[in-house]
Amino acid sequence: MDAIVNKRIKQVLNGNQDAYTEIVDLYQARLYQVCYRMLGNKHEAEDITQEAFLRAFINLHSFDQKRKFSTWIFRIATNLCIDRIRKKKPDYHLDAQVPGTDGLDMYSQIAASEELPVEQLEKMEMQERIQYEISRLPDKYRSVIVLKYMEELPLQEISEILDLPLGTVKTRIHRGREALRKQMSQLPVTEVGGKR
Amino acid sequence: MMGACHENYIEFMHAYLDGDIQPEQEQELKNHLKSCEACQAHMHELSDVVAFMKSAQPVTAPPDLTANIMASLPKRNVTAGPQSWFRRYPIVTAAAVFLVFMSAMFFGNFSDDQQFAFTKADNIIVEGDTVIVPEGEVIQGDFMVRNGDIRVDGAIEGNLTVINGQILNEKEIGNNEPLASTAVVTGEIEEIDRVFDWLWFKIKSGYQGLEDWITGDEKSE
Ligand SMILES: [Zn+2]
Repeated sequence: MDAIVNKRIKQVLNGNQDAYTEIVDLYQARLYQVCYRMLGNKHEAEDITQEAFLRAFINLHSFDQKRKFSTWIFRIATNLCIDRIRKKKPDYHLDAQVPGTDGLDMYSQIAASEELPVEQLEKMEMQERIQYEISRLPDKYRSVIVLKYMEELPLQEISEILDLPLGTVKTRIHRGREALRKQMSQLPVTEVGGKR
Repeated sequence: MMGACHENYIEFMHAYLDGDIQPEQEQELKNHLKSCEACQAHMHELSDVVAFMKSAQPVTAPPDLTANIMASLPKRNVTAGPQSWFRRYPIVTAAAVFLVFMSAMFFGNFSDDQQFAFTKADNIIVEGDTVIVPEGEVIQGDFMVRNGDIRVDGAIEGNLTVINGQILNEKEIGNNEPLASTAVVTGEIEEIDRVFDWLWFKIKSGYQGLEDWITGDEKSE
């Protein structure tokens, strides 16, 4: 597949814009999926997917064809998603550590404050609940969890997409799983509708 | 809260879930889980989290996503412009062409349109009928050249429109030369060669921004 993609990229660089259609077709569904899971909103997911392909197109000449195109486009998209998530946050010092919270920063405090009452959680459908729990994760855990569990990507590829050392990716996945465990201890998964 | 002696086992649990645990550590973890209820519960909850995440159903992308993406790309094709415009809005376009032809303003401008002209900018050099954006110089905003050529050794952070002329260092694109070594234009590039395209361009741009132009004569004074 990489050979075909690289061939299309050369055609695009030679001025054949239509050759880009095939590249878009190959990756749009996966990219949209990641954006949707990161942002939790269909409209924004579409917006960012479109923006990612546009940026890739404009910067196609700088893409190193020895690497995987999917890694590159996922990287553009996850960066755009993280930017979007940060812009949505209120404008105070987000990275400031909150005293007495064992290293939690303001992001996780905001997420925690958006917690829904148990009665409301009980009424949620399984799929809705999954998205809700993802949306409560701090963004640095959210991206690794989405890439690992929604895209089922190997850790090495996640490390390339996010431009993080493999060890950092592992740590974030561990912390992400712990964060989800704590979030969900409020209402264990097995009680969610039994729709598994 | 679990004691520090269990922290190690929690590390092992995560390594186990990621499939990169050493066999002897796995054995150690299993032995510990047999005797420690707290760790057993922890392991159980983590496994639930994983099962929960894996039960997520794929989200379907909107059916017109590819088409929308392709439509959002900057267009480089000169002739595609007026043709697709006509195809989509035949009556509107015909009416607009008629109005423009009838307008004295158009005829008034048309003779001016034969002159070498370009968008005002301080950091450019003009040699004959060629505008040069020197290396290291960056033009902020859209730039237009009419009846002349342009060479972009620096960069244009905006759209570049060349009417009845060409981008001199653009021909390297399409050979094996990397695009980065040629004209750097962050916005759209549009080359308009024929009177008809120029007309279409005027309709499309609604005459906007053309007042800012200066002619080659003014610049060389
Ligand atoms: Zn234990």
